Amino acid sequence: MTAGQQTLALFTGVATVLMVASIVGYVLHVRFAAEGPNPTIDNLNSRIKAWWAMVALLGVAFAFGRTGVIVLFALASLAALREFITLTPTRPGDHAALAVAFFVVLPLQYYLIWIDWYGLYSVFIPVYVFLLLAAIAALRQDTTHFMSRVAETQWGLMITVFCLSHVPALLGLKIPGYEGRNLLLIAFLILVVQSSDVLQYVWGKLLGRRKIAPELSPSKTVEGFLGGVASATVLGSILWWITPFSPWQAGVIALLINLMGFFGGLVMSAIKRDRGVKDWGWMIEGHGGVLDRLDSVIFAAPVFFHMIRYWWTV
Amino acid sequence: MIEAACATAVVLVARLVTGVRGEWRGAAPDPRRRIYFANHRSHADFVLIWTVLPAPLRRLTRPVAGADYWLKNALRRFMGQRVFRAVLIDRNPATRDADPIAAMAAALDQGSSLILFPEGTRNTSDEPLLPFKSGLYHLARARPDVELVPVWIANLNRVMPKGEIVPIPLLCTVTIGAPIKVRDDEDKRAFLDRSANALLALAAHSGNDR
Repeated sequence: MTAGQQTLALFTGVATVLMVASIVGYVLHVRFAAEGPNPTIDNLNSRIKAWWAMVALLGVAFAFGRTGVIVLFALASLAALREFITLTPTRPGDHAALAVAFFVVLPLQYYLIWIDWYGLYSVFIPVYVFLLLAAIAALRQDTTHFMSRVAETQWGLMITVFCLSHVPALLGLKIPGYEGRNLLLIAFLILVVQSSDVLQYVWGKLLGRRKIAPELSPSKTVEGFLGGVASATVLGSILWWITPFSPWQAGVIALLINLMGFFGGLVMSAIKRDRGVKDWGWMIEGHGGVLDRLDSVIFAAPVFFHMIRYWWTV
Repeated sequence: MIEAACATAVVLVARLVTGVRGEWRGAAPDPRRRIYFANHRSHADFVLIWTVLPAPLRRLTRPVAGADYWLKNALRRFMGQRVFRAVLIDRNPATRDADPIAAMAAALDQGSSLILFPEGTRNTSDEPLLPFKSGLYHLARARPDVELVPVWIANLNRVMPKGEIVPIPLLCTVTIGAPIKVRDDEDKRAFLDRSANALLALAAHSGNDR
């Protein structure tokens, strides 16, 4: 199969799964929620609807190729950064640093991805922005909570821009024998990690008994974690044919990115609990904010990127 | 026609920049005459309230604003009088020839709802609210049957603090609380305290303001 045919096959597969999910959601609605609202089923159905929209969006981006994917993830970073900073206590003295973060750092990071300058995009935010934003904040001479304000802005940029930009950065990797197919690496990463999220939710709802981190999240259970990660790892292994990996390599990598994704969910939940909110935002109905949906991908992307870069590229 | 297009454009820009969400907590978006009273930190405050109102309500809802600001130049006059259809009042008691309460009451009598900022001026202090001016009380006394609905605007002050020129696209929330009315035996101080507390209670509930 060509890369185009494989992409089409993947999207057809995902659409089929969503179709089944929509039918199940409809049946559940008719049987249990027809008379009155049922929060769990209503939420399930709005989640499924939002999945259709997200898959369609990804499909459109894929159709525009490299440009489409870079633009999509730049916009996702923008949405994620605004959600993050919205929930971060800042002071008027941060305004200049924040303006630079939103309107200079974010576009520049994605521009560096666009021109594929690995040597700079891999250190731009962790080194240069790290130093520069602290300096810009210092120039405003507001010392109240200075250290934590600077640290939180930097952390937000690392998570929402630097880490997330490693998804489109996958398009620049040069893997012998895999030329012209890098979009499928993105499909693999997103499909496996998001499936892990969904399957953890499904297994948790079906069998969940023991809470895995009750202080962080009331919905994450041991059963959901084990079932979800295991089944998404099997899925990753089954998808080896769209990757440069052998089936067992695909399985190991899927396991690693699923674990990273799980940690991402935990870390971002810890921040939300500390801030006293349930969701990062309200952009995606049923899911919450963009960060609620992408927390796992954000944690998995850089690890996935560097594993492939280290072992598979020349 | 052009006014309607401008209004739509303003609402769209407000949505885009602030991702604003309206949380109706205690009142439903019903088409009844109301006085929405809110905290005031930015010139765009009433635009956000306007944005979260359903379109039919938006057409019926007029902001109460300072004439000194909105009559300054042709663009502001057009936006203030034609697009927002603001009830313009002279905030300086020494120079004014018309009673602001009468102007607001007249707008209510014509079937409009009002957006009112009882602090009287933009709050640039570190306090969540400035002390309320007495206008809200006098208006409530003048039209005791009209509901007073507290509205808390969160985060807009962070989008564009005073003196900044670049807005940061943070997410804003507009929380609409349960209506209050002035009680028969309530004096001015007690009523203003109660209405300020109704606003502050919403602030405590709106998730992402600090």
